[in-house]
Amino acid sequence: MKVKYFAWVRERVGKAEETIEPPATVRTVEELIAWLSGQSEAYAYAFEKPKVIRTAIDHAHVKADAAIAGAREIAFFPPMTGG
Amino acid sequence: MTSTVTTSPVTGCPVAIRIQEDDFDIAREIALLTKSRTDIGAVVSFSGICRAGEDSSKIAALTLEHYPDMAEEEIKRHVHEAISRWPLNGVTVIHRVGRFMPGQNIVLVLTASQHRKAAFEAAEFLMDYLKTSAPFWKKEESATGTGWVEARARDDEAAARWTRS
Repeated sequence: MKVKYFAWVRERVGKAEETIEPPATVRTVEELIAWLSGQSEAYAYAFEKPKVIRTAIDHAHVKADAAIAGAREIAFFPPMTGG
Repeated sequence: MTSTVTTSPVTGCPVAIRIQEDDFDIAREIALLTKSRTDIGAVVSFSGICRAGEDSSKIAALTLEHYPDMAEEEIKRHVHEAISRWPLNGVTVIHRVGRFMPGQNIVLVLTASQHRKAAFEAAEFLMDYLKTSAPFWKKEESATGTGWVEARARDDEAAARWTRS
């Protein structure tokens, strides 16, 4: 699946997007965040406060317990500050 | 500049949503919204402007980052919710992205209705959701450095009061 990062999450991860293949045991957004955090120091830093991170699946906001099965694009970002 | 004007499939209300680097002209946008219409009795216009802030943390510039694929969809969802809740005759939302200096326009929301109450409320509803749920992020530059703007609890509270039980 394609993953995108925005704002300080993007800066901390060090890339704007990538394609990942998490193991089948990773089923929800919070499990994906935990799995990514274990990949490197950069991810661990980006996701150090997982409750702060907002997630969208296929361009719609989702909660941390949302299933990731079938997702084409998952995006992680800080709380929004537009307008 | 891409300009997409669609209409609500439910009420036929014209909807224009644009995300652009260019500035907007409020008078021109109001004229576009009301052109050839005789049923509109009220247009409310909200402009969000880049502000310098207080002395100690005076902002020199602001950079707006967004999630292009999602931003327009998210704004559209809230515009259509506004149309379902208030009798609107037209909605325009323009959100700029890029780097801004204090005094420059960032966002424009126009709501048109027969009467002012619906137009005022819908404009406020749309701005509350633009601030808390549209995927845009502000980065500030000041004399002390650069940093991402933190979301404020009072913006979440402002959006939460529109939640229907």
